[in-house]
Amino acid sequence: MAANISSLSPATEALSPWREAWRVFRANKAAMLGLAILSVIIGVMVLGPSIYGVAPFDIVSAPFTPPFTQPSAWLGTDYLGRDVLAGVLVGGRATVLVGLAAATLAVTIGVSIGALAGFFGGWVDSALSRVTELFQVLPALLFAMVLVTLFTPSLTVVVFAIGVVAWTGTARLARAEFMRLRHLEYANAARAMGAGPLRLMLREILPNALPPLIVSATLIVGSAILFEAGLSFLGLSDANVMSWGLMIGSNRRNILECWWAVTFPGAAIFLTVLAVSLIGDGLNDAFNPKLHLR
Amino acid sequence: MSSLLITLLRRLLLAFGLVLAVLAVNFTLIHAAPGDPALVIAGEMGGADEAAMAAIRKNYGLDKPLPEQFITYLGRSLRGDLGTSYTYNRPVSSLILDRLGPTILLVLTALIGAICLGTLMGVLASRRPDSLFSGVVTVFSLVGYAMPVFWTGILLVILFGKVWPIMPIAGMRDVRLMGAGAWVNAMDVLHHLVLPAVTLGLIYLAQYSRLARASMLEVLGSDYIRTARAKGLADGTITFKHALRNAMMPLVTIAGLQFGNLISGAVLVETVFSWPGLGTLALDAILGRDYPSLLGVLTFSAILVIVANLLTDLSYRWIDPRLRTR
Repeated sequence: MAANISSLSPATEALSPWREAWRVFRANKAAMLGLAILSVIIGVMVLGPSIYGVAPFDIVSAPFTPPFTQPSAWLGTDYLGRDVLAGVLVGGRATVLVGLAAATLAVTIGVSIGALAGFFGGWVDSALSRVTELFQVLPALLFAMVLVTLFTPSLTVVVFAIGVVAWTGTARLARAEFMRLRHLEYANAARAMGAGPLRLMLREILPNALPPLIVSATLIVGSAILFEAGLSFLGLSDANVMSWGLMIGSNRRNILECWWAVTFPGAAIFLTVLAVSLIGDGLNDAFNPKLHLR
Repeated sequence: MSSLLITLLRRLLLAFGLVLAVLAVNFTLIHAAPGDPALVIAGEMGGADEAAMAAIRKNYGLDKPLPEQFITYLGRSLRGDLGTSYTYNRPVSSLILDRLGPTILLVLTALIGAICLGTLMGVLASRRPDSLFSGVVTVFSLVGYAMPVFWTGILLVILFGKVWPIMPIAGMRDVRLMGAGAWVNAMDVLHHLVLPAVTLGLIYLAQYSRLARASMLEVLGSDYIRTARAKGLADGTITFKHALRNAMMPLVTIAGLQFGNLISGAVLVETVFSWPGLGTLALDAILGRDYPSLLGVLTFSAILVIVANLLTDLSYRWIDPRLRTR
């Protein structure tokens, strides 16, 4: 059957939606720039520390050594004499890993709740929508601060705290998509063929709801990274794990004496989030053919 | 009129339900956290023997069954009694009221500034979507979103603390001016407000200018705008009077939705600039393990968000007359 149809239309080569999206994405210079920046950052993060070989918590030189003056501490040292470059190289690991894990958690919660609400409607929808509203009115950072304080500030708790506050946008999006798709003809057809709710949700509706969800997931990675940075800046993350936010937070009282100890890690956070949102925008354009007519 | 009243009542009821839910979350959090609350209180008081522990349990109602404790907690909170701060030994509600003004001042200045300027930038960019200015707005919105807000603040502190010292970089008032008249004091607060408000406003300016641009582009492409042009209306009238009104809807929606994020951002900005608001109170509470104050701030900021959402809902009716008849 499928072979017959494809043999009927030889004139234009049919691209799968995913390959079409990749084609549009690849043509998008900003998005490719984001991808390049992110690749470099991940490369540096993975390989950098083993090549550079200075531990981020070690005191290597006099405190407040300015950057570009000593070959041993190329980006200078902070208020305790710790090497800023070593911190910048290692600090991304915690930030990005926590950001990714928290975003995964947030997207999982958001898609599950949104899918159930949108698919079943009725009282399930009202109940889950009220829950979503509740989490929307709790200011995310404050709520995460409370969670981290009440439990011990380990990386797991931080991931949990960010994941629990960051899912509401995805839930609203997933709800709208599932609501739109559940009564389309192909879904009704699958239902008529005896597909149960779980199969309908996972095999029929979810694949078609994926594009906007992927875009929203990318954006959540960006905000989760900013979140992790904010929490560690406030000193509410694991103090034994070097991260970009922690570097800025611990040097906060001395910023007028060593601007470099806060500027470089901040620039690293900025570049990472910028790269992620460029990729997110690129994906958005790639999945929404309507948009790139503008 | 009656439909407005019913909608309003419905909204208020929902908002009240949300407040109850927030309190329930707080209560759950206190009891889900590891450690006996009585032990924590005793610890903050500098230690206690068994008799004192029993007294604490009785005093705070911790010897009663959980549902009963919850009802007591709800009743107290709704009457405005959020407990007593461990560190300040004052009612949490009065502590919060002291800090509420500065936070609201900061948040509203940033929000209103970002909405006005962002809309203007978006509108101007949408009129010539391929111009240099439009490109600048797009780049600015990406950069503004990706800058961690506390880092922006710190960069401004370095700039104005070291390079170009024309702005105060910490606090809300100059102690040397405390005895001066009301006008001098107001100007002093405004002077201190500039950097924190700019820092907090930048992220939202980035988002609103981008959103306004996209929303305007969509509206400017619609049929009734073409009709208006065909009638020979002036360009400015079309842009600002006909198009902007419809393009405002998504802006207001997002502004309402993001009020919670604005408060989260305020926590970080207040920390950087030692602004005496709810955020610094929350951080002090965390450092002092002052749970009643911390949860009080959470409750109160959630109520702020709920009120902001109510106002957003009402402003829809003002922006879109069609909603008034429904």
